[in-house]
Amino acid sequence: MTQAAHTSAPALKLAPTPGQTIGPFYGYALPYEKDNELVNQARPGSVRLHGNVTDGAGALIPDALLEIWQPDEEGNVVSKDGSLVRDGYTFTGWGRTAVDNAGHYTFTTLNPGATEAGKAPFIMLTVFARGLLNRLFTRIYLPEDTAALANDPLLSSLDAKSRASMIATREADGSLRFDVSLQGEDETVFLAYPRED
Amino acid sequence: MSTETASSKTSNQSPSLDPAATAVSQESMSAEISDIQVGYQKSLAAGVKAETQPRLDFAPYRSSLLRHPTKNLHHVDPETIELYSPAFGERDVHTLESDLTIQHNGEPIGERIVVAGRVLDGDGRPVAGQLIEVWQANAAGRYIHKRDQHPAPIDPNFTGVGRAITGKNGEYSFTTIKPAPYPWKNHHNAWRPAHIHFSLFGTDFTQRMITQMYFPGDPLFSLDPIYQSITDAEARNRLVATYDHSITSHEWATGYNWDIVLTGSNRTWMEDEEGDH
Ligand SMILES: [Fe+2]
Repeated sequence: MTQAAHTSAPALKLAPTPGQTIGPFYGYALPYEKDNELVNQARPGSVRLHGNVTDGAGALIPDALLEIWQPDEEGNVVSKDGSLVRDGYTFTGWGRTAVDNAGHYTFTTLNPGATEAGKAPFIMLTVFARGLLNRLFTRIYLPEDTAALANDPLLSSLDAKSRASMIATREADGSLRFDVSLQGEDETVFLAYPRED
Repeated sequence: MSTETASSKTSNQSPSLDPAATAVSQESMSAEISDIQVGYQKSLAAGVKAETQPRLDFAPYRSSLLRHPTKNLHHVDPETIELYSPAFGERDVHTLESDLTIQHNGEPIGERIVVAGRVLDGDGRPVAGQLIEVWQANAAGRYIHKRDQHPAPIDPNFTGVGRAITGKNGEYSFTTIKPAPYPWKNHHNAWRPAHIHFSLFGTDFTQRMITQMYFPGDPLFSLDPIYQSITDAEARNRLVATYDHSITSHEWATGYNWDIVLTGSNRTWMEDEEGDH
């Protein structure tokens, strides 16, 4: 770890239980109907978020599971149940998807709003995979608000290439493209938060 | 030696084993693991902080070679969305989903067990009303998954998937069948210790985790690269349930206790800090 964790974060009282890999056999257990449809595709404002997941050899990974967690279009943090039994109307802010056999993933969601004025909107992404011994976190920033992106403390602390890797690309049809690279040349920036140990 | 002949004979008879993937012996795998452990013990002795999580870069687990980040994780202070978690409730999970033995018409084969415990955060506070998901092999070590093709029977009365929402005090309880160890292709004659996969949410999404619960005294612990990827013995031991006779019920099921501690919530102290300014 190159940087110290936040200095004023209080120490943990209990030692955390370690994580382990999701393994190869989650496919019949964790995916569920409409898991990746945070909103219905027909809803105005619905956005496709998609990309590839690759390994250190640049090969597509067919056995990764991704989850996103995000505010709504107005930047509100949602606290509504119903993620596992989607009614097609309630936006819960959370979704899950297993990548397909070609290592590609898709979510149907909304563009997240800024949670505070002037903040750069982003989606939290968690990555699980066979071969990955613990989950990884990253942020998917929206590309539009360049002033907010320029002021973002995390992005400002990164070199240009790493910074670019955390900002999604807006495609011609309005989709957001965000590729995840677990290792190598284009390795995604993965995050550590205070109070993990 | 005769044992070697016997084991290669076994693998020739097994339709699911890929000889290329199983070339490394358990002996050399165990030596690889031991070298890493010795290195860790030295760093502990030199005053380096004890590790609490698995290493992402752990070569004995071969699938990790190309799937671990090579850059350090980037430390960041959580922002708004990262200080909250999705909400789950009665709408999402039926109470019967925590009983994995009643999902079909008949009783599954195997040793009926209850696994019960609490989910706490790093401050010891119960994580209430949150989702827990579990999945596991059956009593023969076989998963209901098309990628598990090893020659052990499927149980038509056991799927091995359960869900629950934690109670007010973070408590949960699953009724299930004790899973068996199963072979995998990491190295020659590799077997996973019996385990149940657990998926957990906290009050902050940064506490999200997936892990595996093991059973006490499993003779496969020292041989398993996934379990041993947690280099610290005390930390590894946190994944092992305890046999608990108070959970065992008369003429029905034996009981195991397993409490899960998530990483620390950042919401309270960050709000307090903001209040100070
Ligand atoms: Fe497993």
